[in-house]
Amino acid sequence: MASGKGGTGKTTIVTNLARALALAGKIPVQVLDCDVEEPNAHLFLKPVFHEEEEVTLPVPEVDNNRCTGCGRCSEVCAFHALAVAGGKVITFPEMCHGCGGCTIACPAGAISEKPHRIGVVARGQAGRIDFAHGKIDVGVPLAPPVIRVVKKLAFKERLTLIDAPPGTSCPVVAAVKDSDFCLLVTEPTPFGLNDLRLAVGMVRELGVPFAVVINRSTLGDLRVERYCQREGIPILLKIPFDKGYAATYARGDCLVEEYPEWVTPFIGLWQEIERLVSQRARAAGN
Amino acid sequence: MQELLVISGKGGTGKTSIVAALAALAEDKVLADCDVDAADLHLLLRPEVESVNEFYGSDKAVIDPGLCTGCGRCREVCRFGAVMEAKPEKENSEDDSGKLVFQVDSLECEGCGVCTLVCPAGAIAMQPNLAGYWYISATPYGPLVHAQLGLAEENSGKLVTKVRQEARRLAEENNARLIITDGPPGIGCPVISSLTGVTLALAVTEPTVAGRHDLERVVKLAGHFRVPVAVCINKYDLAPEKSREIEAYCYDAGLTIAGKIPFDADVARALVNGVPLMACSRGVAASAVQAMWDSLMVRLERMAKEQNGHS
Ligand code: SF4
Ligand code: SF4
Ligand code: SF4
Ligand code: SF4
Repeated sequence: MASGKGGTGKTTIVTNLARALALAGKIPVQVLDCDVEEPNAHLFLKPVFHEEEEVTLPVPEVDNNRCTGCGRCSEVCAFHALAVAGGKVITFPEMCHGCGGCTIACPAGAISEKPHRIGVVARGQAGRIDFAHGKIDVGVPLAPPVIRVVKKLAFKERLTLIDAPPGTSCPVVAAVKDSDFCLLVTEPTPFGLNDLRLAVGMVRELGVPFAVVINRSTLGDLRVERYCQREGIPILLKIPFDKGYAATYARGDCLVEEYPEWVTPFIGLWQEIERLVSQRARAAGN
Repeated sequence: MQELLVISGKGGTGKTSIVAALAALAEDKVLADCDVDAADLHLLLRPEVESVNEFYGSDKAVIDPGLCTGCGRCREVCRFGAVMEAKPEKENSEDDSGKLVFQVDSLECEGCGVCTLVCPAGAIAMQPNLAGYWYISATPYGPLVHAQLGLAEENSGKLVTKVRQEARRLAEENNARLIITDGPPGIGCPVISSLTGVTLALAVTEPTVAGRHDLERVVKLAGHFRVPVAVCINKYDLAPEKSREIEAYCYDAGLTIAGKIPFDADVARALVNGVPLMACSRGVAASAVQAMWDSLMVRLERMAKEQNGHS
């Protein structure tokens, strides 16, 4: 699940789809929350966490006895994470991408690497749903390495639902890449349309098949639907605005539990996705 | 000159609608849209673009297949999995002895340049990468600096920094007292770039468990960079008890609540019509935003005085 714009209801769709499938006892489901800047899915699924792993990057550590102060390391670092001042190297671990360039470049062999923490990945269980999310530490600018660690937890033989970060840039690409299908969640406003267009451009560039879900479908106009029609993008689900639904979300509860009539539409959403994916697989096979 | 940054942590709290409303209220200012990943402010301010400028992100490695000997060193050292074996070009190329040729996936390349350090054949060059555009525009509410990052690009932080620099330059040129900035969502690299050195951050939140969770993270981030925060609870009446929880949290954390905006269908109407709320409504949300702006102005003026007193 992705969206060009934040706050369209990505997390709502991920958590309700997972709950609906679990309630219907359909198939084993895994949820990976890759919105590592602001992970929210756990607030709705309320998993019991049983495992936590630190995510680190290898950052340079300079041995002052060996360092000659030649400055080669700061010359090669593309991210300004090293500076040489007064014959000494100063490192800025929060800018380092862990590329290893300085270690390779240092003629004196003065650089070794030590792990620098940038976030955590936690795994747990929410009823029958396998759950994992990543969280970058506050003040850390680099989300993609944490996203990649979360995505490595994906089970091969199970359905994995991924909550992607909002936007269309590198963290989103890290989350969406290599998925079998992408659901774009939007709202029927000019903002929703503008950001949907960007998101469509991104998934097209990545070559991932996709469809649209419209949230708060009654608060806005018809331009999103017309756009989808013109572009031949299927709209798989529409959820109207309702103060009761909003209150359920505000409390951190799931729609399909408070309003069981929503179980069937979410199962239908899943069946439709399955159909589209297998259709495509057949087309590719021919 | 002062800079008011509007942030939200969580997306979709109504941040941009509020920025547009403030834009219609404030005088003597320059506007900046730092949500470069999904810029939306222009949809409400109807800018007339005056200048279009290219933005180059970090360089990307490119391998010259003619020079590459296929030794594979680049793939060994690349920590981002960006180097791949390329398909052999054609059967009839002079060297079809099974020589491997390597290629860089520009989507994965971080631009670190490590591969160029190790390539024994000098086959790799770092090339500039056009990653987006930034614009200076005129709007009925003052000049606007905005940008659009290309699809699937990185380095939004660098583009945010560029937008802010330009906004500052414009503000100095025009003798404007204030820059109002629409910030990016989240707490990652673009937000960090937009936070450093601003006068005051207005954090727009909504009364939901997710809104509260993200507010706490964004407040921590602002604290990390020593930026004072004021809070706006948008659509507060949709879940009054969650609003009270957020108010209690703000009280404990020593944060001022600059405003509480009620749910008002006029906000969605303004959006659909592509105008700031203030331009089309005298409703409950509009008057709450007006009251919030009055209180923000008082705070900004006080901060300006304090600063002058210090210098
Ligand atoms: S590992 Fe790479 S990014 Fe980090 S300091 Fe060394 S050269 Fe710079
Ligand atoms: S390259 Fe090595 S020797 Fe030269 S300044 Fe850096 S750490 Fe010191
Ligand atoms: S290191 Fe240079 S020569 Fe070796 S495979 Fe890479 S590009 Fe080719
Ligand atoms: S520049 Fe860095 S990320 Fe890009 S291909 Fe070379 S080693 Fe890999």
